[in-house]
Amino acid sequence: MFEALSLITLQQYWWLIVTLLGALLVFLMFVQGGQTLIYTIGKTEDERTLLVNLLGRKWELTFTTLVTFGGAFFASFPLFYSTSFGGAYWVWMAILIAFVIQAVSYEYRKKPGNFLGQRTFEIFLVLNGLLGTLLIGTAVATFFTGSAFSVNKMNLVDLTSGNMPVISEWKGPAHGLEAALNPQNLLLGLAVFFLSRVLAVLYFMNRVDNPPIMGRLKKQLMINAIPFLVFFLAFAGWLMLSSGFAVDPQTGFVAMEPFKYLHNLIGMPLVAILFVLGVVGVLFGIARPIINFKKCHAKGIWAAGIGTVLTVWALLMLAGFNNTAYYPSTYDLQSSLTIANSSSSHYTLTAMSYVSLLVPFVLAYIWYVWKAMDKKKISTEEMESETHVY
Amino acid sequence: MNHIDFSLVDWSRAQFALTACYHWLFVPLTLGLSFIVAFMETIYVRTGNEEWKRLTKFWMTLFGINFAIGVATGLILEFEFGTNWSNYSWFVGDIFGAPLAIEGIMAFFLETTFVAVMFFGWNKVNKKFHLLSTWLVAIGSNLSALWILVANGWMQLPVGMKFNPDTARNEMVDFWSVLFSPVAINKFLHTISSGYVLAALFVVGISAWYLLKKRDILFAKRSIIVGASFGLLASLFILMTGDGSARAVAHHQPMKFAAMENLYVGQQNAPLAAFGILKADPNAPGHKKMDFRYLVEIPDVLSYMAFLNPNAYVPGIYDLVHGNPEHGIISYQERVDKGKIAIDALGSYKKAKAAGNDSLASASLSTFETNYPHFGYGYYANRDVHELIPNIPVSFYSFRIMVFLGIHFFALLLVVLILTLKNKIETKKVILYTALWTIPLAYIASMLGWIVAELGRQPWVIQDILPTIAAVSQLKSSSVQVTFWIFAVFFTALLIAEISIMVRQIKKGVAS
Ligand code: HDD
Ligand code: HEM
Ligand code: HEM
Repeated sequence: MFEALSLITLQQYWWLIVTLLGALLVFLMFVQGGQTLIYTIGKTEDERTLLVNLLGRKWELTFTTLVTFGGAFFASFPLFYSTSFGGAYWVWMAILIAFVIQAVSYEYRKKPGNFLGQRTFEIFLVLNGLLGTLLIGTAVATFFTGSAFSVNKMNLVDLTSGNMPVISEWKGPAHGLEAALNPQNLLLGLAVFFLSRVLAVLYFMNRVDNPPIMGRLKKQLMINAIPFLVFFLAFAGWLMLSSGFAVDPQTGFVAMEPFKYLHNLIGMPLVAILFVLGVVGVLFGIARPIINFKKCHAKGIWAAGIGTVLTVWALLMLAGFNNTAYYPSTYDLQSSLTIANSSSSHYTLTAMSYVSLLVPFVLAYIWYVWKAMDKKKISTEEMESETHVY
Repeated sequence: MNHIDFSLVDWSRAQFALTACYHWLFVPLTLGLSFIVAFMETIYVRTGNEEWKRLTKFWMTLFGINFAIGVATGLILEFEFGTNWSNYSWFVGDIFGAPLAIEGIMAFFLETTFVAVMFFGWNKVNKKFHLLSTWLVAIGSNLSALWILVANGWMQLPVGMKFNPDTARNEMVDFWSVLFSPVAINKFLHTISSGYVLAALFVVGISAWYLLKKRDILFAKRSIIVGASFGLLASLFILMTGDGSARAVAHHQPMKFAAMENLYVGQQNAPLAAFGILKADPNAPGHKKMDFRYLVEIPDVLSYMAFLNPNAYVPGIYDLVHGNPEHGIISYQERVDKGKIAIDALGSYKKAKAAGNDSLASASLSTFETNYPHFGYGYYANRDVHELIPNIPVSFYSFRIMVFLGIHFFALLLVVLILTLKNKIETKKVILYTALWTIPLAYIASMLGWIVAELGRQPWVIQDILPTIAAVSQLKSSSVQVTFWIFAVFFTALLIAEISIMVRQIKKGVAS
């Protein structure tokens, strides 16, 4: 059935899937946000252990989503993989290292003989939370602000000039770190960072059964929601006003277009609706516990979580659809990556599309398992009866 | 091509090798221990005996300690294809990316979701569901191995693809031939069985230590029975699939095969060098020629092993480099020339296409297509063809040590199993010590397997199509050096932590 679809349809389908994975990842980064809060909210050893264990049940899900996002991006848009990862080397390496130190920290934190000490692993968790969110947000912002690189496939056949036969060349001297110096990128980075903390607070509210912690959570919700809103609105406002990288669908020629992302939003009403729904969802999720804490503190995470997914998904659609270059080059506009010029072949996208039919099953069993596992709320006392504690 | 930054290529290789080897320190145990734990839990659920539950949980704890760090190292590898082998990622991403994505969707989520049930679900889900989860973890981890090994197998034998000159990359045309390529199948079966054997030896070795310490005796014997039976079956399978792998190498990567055997001059009725010690040939500097200082040969066996025919001709390194018309082998220099023709033809095709010159374009294209099988050799124009020979002593010794260890493992597991069944194992100190010291040997054998596979195919990332020098990202060599050392330090620190945590858990024992 997928064979019959045109190449551009498959490309769009895969952009939808990859960006959905990205959006899910941003939501699931509440784990990272929570890691930055373990000392703020957990005042005693027991409380910290409780928080770490609440996050520890979910970290693998976030991690695997990151891995799958990478794999799916590689398979569907390999030119992005080679251009961005090979070019913006330092940003990606920093992100990777931030995740390496996370992966062992839960398991090793409390284990006897862990050689680096419990504190070290907790610091790893905080660092992962801080760098992971900030840098991923920054890197995603380059989808709108662009990076300096060139792509020339003829380099492959260049045996005489003395250059390396590498098709993608990065022109930014800092190999990606320059992205973190761009204030617009930083806005999104900070927005993601505070969003992840807001989501973490809402997640804790849903799972914890411990009054002193609950009190601190209530306070942290406001403390993090305000900067999140400020940074997010600043980024969104700037995005609507800025020029974007428009592609001529016939020739593939890339040119700057004023108010491109605003045009995209207006030109794709469905995306606009998703975006508005998403933003409203996030705001609603934050507002509920603030307005009626007693009844609603456990419910904020759902609205805010779904809202996050929709908002990020819509944003990423703005970056790639409606004849827009999703990975623009500021060095050479014509090297910019679009979903049309950077994707895998029709055959591969078709084969992968069949595999994508598994995704609903995957989501279903994850849902089922976690429903069974999360039946009870957790308190510090119950940690002691647990068989496997982080 | 004079300005290829070799230090960059070498550091990128070193970094990839470092991270891959670190990943491989943890993966085989996951592959095998997940099944061993599932067997034990099955026995628990069948018998309702709480002792088996304790046993299951003990090994599960060790599984968890190992698993966490396996995940951490895998992440780096996946992204390294982009960060360090960016040209590769474009050139073959259309084929190579798919297994990686499928692995994520199909295997990793299965594994991670049910790992959570396995660890945290004892009091939350019923026994049957818990057992199912444990089995799904085992299946999930082995499925991860399938997809990545399909990808690796494809790099050794690129099938099911066609080069598309317009996009300047290889594109998949046949998913099934990628999945079922003989190299991929052998590699998958051989590799997972090596994981099973390693895990079995791990379980048997630790249990032997308990027996030596005269503690947790019943527990240790039970573990040995489960571990050794599983390991024994898997060792048989390793011998079979190793033989299959060797045959696949002989057919598809003759240079790797010749290097593994230190076969310099090809011959019919080639003997197998069962045991040998090499020395450099002083008369052939730069030719990487090795003589035997000492050699035990078994006549005809190599020809038989490789082609199931004692009279078959097995080409040597000399024949492959210099050509052997009698056996239809063309020399490396000719292949380099043809490769260069292919590369140039691709260039002129592109130019003609851009200029709208259709007849030149189609002429260039057909030149390109005839010479494409030699494409990668073209990057060695103006270079010494001897660079295309892999490191012979490393291949030769690694292969032999792996095979000898394989036989040792089989024998050891057999003896241990028989003695345990006869209830005599506790008194056999020598055997118990041997079992304990075989744990590191299992890791060595398994690592050497990869050395044979990966170093033996040098300099090819994709056999005959893409050499390392054309696959790297354009970075500063110093950048890669920095990340290399960061990884080296981090992973080593984490490894030390892992081992020390493991040792503590083992010393704590099952009872507590
Ligand atoms: C416990 C580990 C272990 C043991 C005992 C053996 N192997 Fe092995 N071998 C591996 C673990 C391994 C491995 C790590 O799984 C490799 C690396 C790549 C691969 O496909 O499997 C491998 C590779 C590998 C290759 C290279 C495949 C390639 O280049 O694609 C050959 C020819 C063999 N093996 C052959 C054997 C034979 C004839 C054995 C006889 C007993 C044997 N191995 C035992
Ligand atoms: C199945 C998954 C694997 C894939 C797809 C893969 C792929 C690669 C690639 C792309 C390179 C770099 C290019 C090159 O130098 O040839 C490489 C090198 C290497 N890999 Fe693997 N590899 C895999 C598994 C492993 C494992 C598990 C090990 C464990 C020890 C390993 C050991 C090495 C070594 C030692 C090198 C360096 C060889 C050299 O550069 O001289 N590989 N591999
Ligand atoms: C270069 C090649 C490789 C890449 C890119 C790679 C990638 C990964 C990644 C990203 C993970 C983490 C998954 C998660 O989030 O749960 C992982 C884990 C794993 N990989 Fe690899 N891998 C490679 C080689 C191999 C090989 C050769 C095998 C087995 C034959 C293997 C088997 C596994 C298994 C069983 C896990 C589960 C975690 C663990 O064992 O600790 N991988 N790998």
